[in-house]
Amino acid sequence: MNNNRRKFLKLAGLAAIGVSAGKYIDIIAKDTAHTTSPADSISTKQFTSVNVDAKNRWAMVIDLNKCLVEEGCTKCISACHKTHNVPDIGNLKDEVKWIWKENYENAFLDQENYYMKKALKDKKVPIFCNHCDNPPCVRVCPTQATWKREDGIVMMDWHRCIGCRYCIAACPYGSRSFNYIDPRPYIKEITPDFPTRTKGVVEKCTFCDERLAEGLEPACVEACTAKAMIFGNLNDPESNVRELLKENYSIRRKPGLGTNPEIFYLV
Amino acid sequence: MYDSGKILIGIIVFLLLFTSPIWYDLAFGNTSIKPNLVLPTKAGQTECVMSAEYMRDNHMELLNVWRDDVVRKGNRIFTAASGKKFEMSLTKTCIGCHTNKAEFCDQCHNYLGVNPYCWDCHVDPQKLEIK
Repeated sequence: MNNNRRKFLKLAGLAAIGVSAGKYIDIIAKDTAHTTSPADSISTKQFTSVNVDAKNRWAMVIDLNKCLVEEGCTKCISACHKTHNVPDIGNLKDEVKWIWKENYENAFLDQENYYMKKALKDKKVPIFCNHCDNPPCVRVCPTQATWKREDGIVMMDWHRCIGCRYCIAACPYGSRSFNYIDPRPYIKEITPDFPTRTKGVVEKCTFCDERLAEGLEPACVEACTAKAMIFGNLNDPESNVRELLKENYSIRRKPGLGTNPEIFYLV
Repeated sequence: MYDSGKILIGIIVFLLLFTSPIWYDLAFGNTSIKPNLVLPTKAGQTECVMSAEYMRDNHMELLNVWRDDVVRKGNRIFTAASGKKFEMSLTKTCIGCHTNKAEFCDQCHNYLGVNPYCWDCHVDPQKLEIK
């Protein structure tokens, strides 16, 4: 009896293996057929380098005498926010912004006084990421989702951001926004060439790195009809920004913090 | 063995039920749903950035390499084995050619039950048109 049961179980087991193996042999055979094709190993050497280069140090000069001459102008803001699919959520708590306007006295906390030039005191100042030379946000980012490129741009990698918001705490300029909710429903018109963001990542101005790669100026600079925003290379002594800084008195936001902002304001 | 008849019948019924998908398949031929890819018909574009076999197995790795190259290194041009140059862009290059995501990407992804989160951020232009 015992012997019979053992035999039966052995046979049943073998039969079960046989039935299932037939199928898998097929699948395995197909699999190896396409993983072993020879020309397919990809090496990073195939990629060619283009534009990020330590020869450049991108910066911007904003001429406050030209800015907002036209009452209530928001061309730079709408151009930027449209190009980069920045949502308009409509409440301050969830607000996402790359470039916005601030009162002079709020933008330049330590550089105002009671009796200053009226035109300046009433001025709204366009502000955005300063692309600091010594960016505190980069120091605190635990995943290197934000880092300083060789050409000085403080970049964001949204694939890598885990939404810890240390960078928001570290940035003394409030340049960074967090996506508390899914931004997609709040984007009026999506620009397909640029990704939207997802809930749980931090975003900010990237100096239009995608446009620079194509040889274009940042979207805000292009949109500014008053030519109040001038973009250029600080490392080139002949460049437009260097000429402007040489000829004019310029201020920067919170210079005492040692972050070395690269957005200069002519007053 | 007590009740050997009942047990044997039970085992046979169990095995038949357990293997029933195989018998069903053998009896009625290929009845399972298979992904049905529609290849792009964009004029002047006959080859992908890599061979079809490579892409079938490794497109996700290629996309990761592209992502890191573009975002972190700022390199945006990919040179294919044929010497042809492509911009490393999911929306512009991949979807620019495979215009119908539902008839291409989604076919296998749905079949295999994978749910890539590329499209949480990257935009499928065709979806926009429908909206």
